[in-house]
Amino acid sequence: MTLNLLPSDYIIYGLFFICIICGFYIRTQPHLRKPWKKVFSNKGAVVCCIVLCVYIAIGLLDSLHFSVSNKNGVQQKSLLDLMVQPLGTQDEKTYSAPLATHLYQMDGGDYPQLKYPGTHILGTNKIGQDMFYETLKSVRTGLLIGTLTTVFMLPFALFFGMIAGYFGGFIDDVIQYLYTTLSSIPGVLLITAMVLVMQVVITDHPTLFPTIADRADARLLTLCFILGITSWASLCRLLRAETLKLREQEFVTASIAMGARKFPIIIRHILPNVMHIIIITTVLDFSGLVLAEAILSYVGVGVDPTTASWGNMINTSRLELAREPMVWWPLLSALSMMFFLVLSANLFADSVRDAFDPRL
Amino acid sequence: MITYILRRIFYAIPILIGVNLITFTLFFVVNSPDDMARMHLGQKHVTPEAIQQWKIKAGYDEPLFYDNKASGLQKFSDTLFVKKSLNLFTFHFGRSSEGRDIGHDISQRMWPSLALAIPTLIIGLAVNITFALLIALFRGSFFDRFSMMLCVIMMSVSGLFYIIVGQFLLAKLLNIVPISGYHSGLSAIKFLILPVIVGMIGGIGAGVRWYRTIFLEEMNRDYVRTARAKGLSEIAVLFKHILKNALIPILTGIVVIIPTLFMGSLIMESFFGIPGLGSYTIDAIQQQDFDIVRVMVFLGTVFYIIGLILTDISYTLVDPRVRLN
Repeated sequence: MTLNLLPSDYIIYGLFFICIICGFYIRTQPHLRKPWKKVFSNKGAVVCCIVLCVYIAIGLLDSLHFSVSNKNGVQQKSLLDLMVQPLGTQDEKTYSAPLATHLYQMDGGDYPQLKYPGTHILGTNKIGQDMFYETLKSVRTGLLIGTLTTVFMLPFALFFGMIAGYFGGFIDDVIQYLYTTLSSIPGVLLITAMVLVMQVVITDHPTLFPTIADRADARLLTLCFILGITSWASLCRLLRAETLKLREQEFVTASIAMGARKFPIIIRHILPNVMHIIIITTVLDFSGLVLAEAILSYVGVGVDPTTASWGNMINTSRLELAREPMVWWPLLSALSMMFFLVLSANLFADSVRDAFDPRL
Repeated sequence: MITYILRRIFYAIPILIGVNLITFTLFFVVNSPDDMARMHLGQKHVTPEAIQQWKIKAGYDEPLFYDNKASGLQKFSDTLFVKKSLNLFTFHFGRSSEGRDIGHDISQRMWPSLALAIPTLIIGLAVNITFALLIALFRGSFFDRFSMMLCVIMMSVSGLFYIIVGQFLLAKLLNIVPISGYHSGLSAIKFLILPVIVGMIGGIGAGVRWYRTIFLEEMNRDYVRTARAKGLSEIAVLFKHILKNALIPILTGIVVIIPTLFMGSLIMESFFGIPGLGSYTIDAIQQQDFDIVRVMVFLGTVFYIIGLILTDISYTLVDPRVRLN
C-alpha cells in the first residue's frame, strides 16, 4: 500500500492548509476577528458550519489516495474507502431497496435473499453498488467544483478588477471590453464549447494521462478552470467599482504623497479593503456551483462519467423512476445529500454576508 | 433616443467581433481541422489523404487567417476566419456536419423556444413579485421568517429535482398533461403547461428573495413615510408607490434573467422534448457538431445584447428622469 496522490489531491490539501494558516492569522488580529465572531454568534450559522465541516472532512478523507494491491490487481483507494471498507465492496446482483433483505427483482419466481441483508442504508443500484457509498464518494467532486472554481477565478478577477479600477484610462477600457465580451456569451454555451474542445485535447494526448483516474481528474480540474474563466467577469466588475471608489480616499492620496509606488498601494491599501467582497462572493457562489455541476453533467459536459458525482447519479437514476415497480432511492440519495450541503452553504453564506457587508 | 440606440448597436459590433474571435480560437486553433477530421473519421481510418478529403468535403481546407497562395484581397477572404466566422454577421450560417441548412433549422425551431421562454418569464415574474409584495407587507412577522426559510430551502433543491418530480407527479401519476413532446399550433398549450409550471417553481426561491430585498429597500425611503403620513393604507402604499418605484431594479433583475432563460430553456427543452433552439444545441453538443454550437454561441450573444438595449429603453418608459445619452 503506497501513497499515490492525484493532482487535485495536492490542490485540496494545499488549499486546506492555506485556510488553516489564514484562520490562525485572523485569530491574532482583532479587527479581522470581529466579523467572524458576529457570524459565529448566530446559532443557525454554527449548525450550518458544523454540517459543512462534516462534508469537508469526508472530502478530505476521500482525497488521500493509495495504491492497494489485492487479488484484483493494483487499485486506487482513498482513505475514505479504507475507513468504510465493507461498504464499497459489498456488491449485490442488482437493485435492492433501502435496508432490504431481499432483491428488488424477481429471479425464478422468487425474490432472492441479499448477500449482505440490511446493510445498505440507501439501497443498491442497477449493478448492485451501495448507494450510500456512491453518494459519499460524490461529496469530494461537489466540494472541489464549489471551491476550486473560485480559486481559479480569484487571480483573474482580483488582478484585472483592481488594475482597471486603479489605473483607469486605456487599461480600464481594454479590461472592460474583455469582461463585457466574455459575459455577453451565454454562460452555459461558453462552458460547453470550452469543455468540448478540452475533451478533444485530452483524448488526443493519451500519453499525458496514462490511467482512467488521471484522465477523470484532469477533466475535473479543467472543468473547474473553465467555470472559473467564465465566471470571473461579475466579480471583476464589482472589484473595479470598489477600487474606483477607494482610489479617491484620503489614505490612498496620503500614500501617494509619501511617495509609495502604484503596485504596493494596490496590494497594501486597496486589497485589504476589498477583502469583504471576495469573501462574500466566495461563499455565495459555492452553492450555485454545486448545483451547476448536476446540470452540466446532464448536458454531457460535466465531470467524467467514471467520476462519482451527484450529477452523474441523477442522470442515471432519472430513467429508473419510469421502471415498473419504481426505483426511487438512487435519485433520493443523490438529491438529499446534495440538498443538505447546498442548504447549509446557503444559510452560512447569508450570515457571512450579513456580517461582512458594510451596507447592511 | 434613436441616436442612443444606434450608438448602442455600434458598440455591440466590437463585442460581437470579440465573441467571434473567442469561438474561432476555441474551435479552430485549439482544436484544429485535422483534429476534427480525426474525430469524425474515427480511429481506424486516419490517413493523411483521408483527413485531406474530409477537410475538402466539409469545407475546412483553407488556412486559418492568412492565405499565402492567393492574391490581393483574396489573401484574407479565402480563409476559414472570414468564411466560417465573419459570415455569421450577415446571418449566413452555412450547413451543419450532416449537410442541413442551419439558418433554416433555426428559423423553424425559434417558435417553440419562444413559446416556452416568454410565458415562463412573464408568469414567473408575476408570481415572484406577488409573493414578494405579500411577504414585504408582513415583514418581520412569523409569516416573513417562515417564507424566507422556505425560499432558501427551495433555492437549495437542484432544478433537476423539480423537473423530474413534476414529470412524475403531473404526467405519470395524475395523467393531467403529457410527459414530453410538442405539437405546433394551439395544441402546443397542453405540452407547455408542465414546463412553464416547473420553470416557475424552480425560480421562486431565488426570485422572491431578490424582489423582497428590493421592496424592503424602497420601504425605507422618505416618500413612503410621506405617503403613510398622509394616511394612505399600507396596501395603497405598497401597490401605488413602492411597486412603481421598484420597477427600475426589477427591470435590472430581468436582464439578469435573460441569459439564464437561455440556459434554463436549454435544460427544459431537452427534458420535455420541445423542438426548440435549446434542444437543438444540446443535440449538436452530443453529436459534436461544432458548426451548430458556434452559430448558437453567436446568436446567444446577439440575443443578450438586444436584451440589454431593450432594458435600457424600458428604463425611460418607467422612469421619466432617465435620459438616454
